[in-house]
Amino acid sequence: MVENTVAATNAVVTLDAAIPGIIWGWMITLNMWAKSIGTGVILIGAYLLYRHKHESMPNLRWLMPVISFVALNVFLFFTLIDLHQPLRMINIFLHPHWTSAITVGAWMATLFTGLITLLALIGTMDQFPDFRRHCKVGKWARDNTEVYEKIFPYVVFLAIPVTLYTAIIMAESSARELWQAPTEMMQMLLAAFLAGSATLIFIADDWKVEVRKDLALVLAFSTALGFMMYMGEYFFSFKSAEAEVTLTYIQSGGAYSGQFWFAMLAGFVAPFFLSISAMKSDNTTILRFAAIIALMGLYLAKDVWLKIPQLLPLS
Amino acid sequence: MKLGFLVDLNLCMGCKGCEIACKVENEVPLSSWRLRVKYIDVGTFPETTRNFTPLRCNHCENAPCERICPVSALHYLENGIVNIDSDRCIACAGCMMACPYGAIYMDPETNTADKCTYCAHRIESGMMPACVVACPVEANIFGDVDDSTSHISRYIMEHQNNGGVQVRKPEKHTDPKHYYVGGGNNTLNPLAHQRIEGYSLFNNVTHLDHVGDPNHSILDRFIGSHPEYDNKSLADERLDAQTKEHEEQGGH
Repeated sequence: MVENTVAATNAVVTLDAAIPGIIWGWMITLNMWAKSIGTGVILIGAYLLYRHKHESMPNLRWLMPVISFVALNVFLFFTLIDLHQPLRMINIFLHPHWTSAITVGAWMATLFTGLITLLALIGTMDQFPDFRRHCKVGKWARDNTEVYEKIFPYVVFLAIPVTLYTAIIMAESSARELWQAPTEMMQMLLAAFLAGSATLIFIADDWKVEVRKDLALVLAFSTALGFMMYMGEYFFSFKSAEAEVTLTYIQSGGAYSGQFWFAMLAGFVAPFFLSISAMKSDNTTILRFAAIIALMGLYLAKDVWLKIPQLLPLS
Repeated sequence: MKLGFLVDLNLCMGCKGCEIACKVENEVPLSSWRLRVKYIDVGTFPETTRNFTPLRCNHCENAPCERICPVSALHYLENGIVNIDSDRCIACAGCMMACPYGAIYMDPETNTADKCTYCAHRIESGMMPACVVACPVEANIFGDVDDSTSHISRYIMEHQNNGGVQVRKPEKHTDPKHYYVGGGNNTLNPLAHQRIEGYSLFNNVTHLDHVGDPNHSILDRFIGSHPEYDNKSLADERLDAQTKEHEEQGGH
């Protein structure tokens, strides 16, 4: 439609000011990717704890919050340094504007990270009883070990909106028609399932076979559904002129086309089949390989989807 | 009171006086603009016309930039102006993502978002915006759209028949308070015209390579065959396709 319009009008910009290119770049991609790991390990960890006995996953209690803590700090670090005025981040807490998903997300992510820090502290101190035996913080953590189980349900509940709020930021970015709230929310949730299961696979060597099978199942499920969502958006989300031009461009082999298809095949399709295979054979090497390429594919896919709507001139 | 702006494109002659006046009044740095005049050539020689379109913040009544700003740096004034407090801005660029008109820029000197404020500081002192004063043909009309006796209200009423008064991207439901008379799809829809590198009248720079993420599509650098990795390659590709089609139809 737009191509026909252009051909019909023969309109060409002959003088203009220079316009910017991509504003939200790799730091935002890394931010979303790390957040998927940070919330995903909690969501998948909770699912495993619900399905299996604690003894089946002996290191989960302390490694799950520690991994989440590291990933969330990567997420927060890149969120901060992506700001042109990082020291003014404090304004989000001093002058919050509640219609903004950035504000709501920052508050929730801060609370979530605080609770995860507490879980990581208690879990680590319980796991290593001789570490910092006389430290006041360590002593407090060991004396209040029941706090872990008390706050864990709230942490799991909070992980869901923390996962989803970036989709609302993208939906509020009304200049980028490709980012639609319902699909982005599902993509964010599936990304968390994918990243959580893939990350936990790396610490699952000593776990029972049934637990690893569950992890492989979640990875297969999330890669398959994620792939289908991307295909649906890629081929059928021609609801606005802007989304149409964006998708036509990459479908015709424009920049990012190669990265998109590489991400889809290597990061979603291949891990799906590898996970299914690993479920049957309990081959941990295959499962780890599937986890690595799934995490890589997730980063590349998010990178493409973040950048391509920014290719369009808005004025 | 609801302040609004109207540009009569039939009167605009593309002198860029408004652009310069805005730059000087607001000390807008190089490579940035609050108001710019775009030239669009329409048609095939010899039946061609040159259109001039001044573009600035639309001061939307339902402003996406105000909604997404996490610290209320972007806020409404009582007179309807969407103002910006640079001292509060954290420069997350959320507003640049949200504005459908590409009217917000990151000031390279203050490292904060900035945009046209309809010269709110001048309005406060009872003066007109700098661009209105500078326009030699009075193509810029500014005033209270709530007041039915104001110049802008009367101008809108005089020209509103047969869709004579338009806004940019009405489908976004932002309710802009910036109107155009004499505009059309060619001038107001950025997807209806092409932006071609090297085809400009006085310069061949159409994109700010130093703004944003220089590390575009890591993989495409190795496996793709695209020499360009920013949005100008999108325009080039569309031009190539059109030229090819034109040649196939016997053109040259």
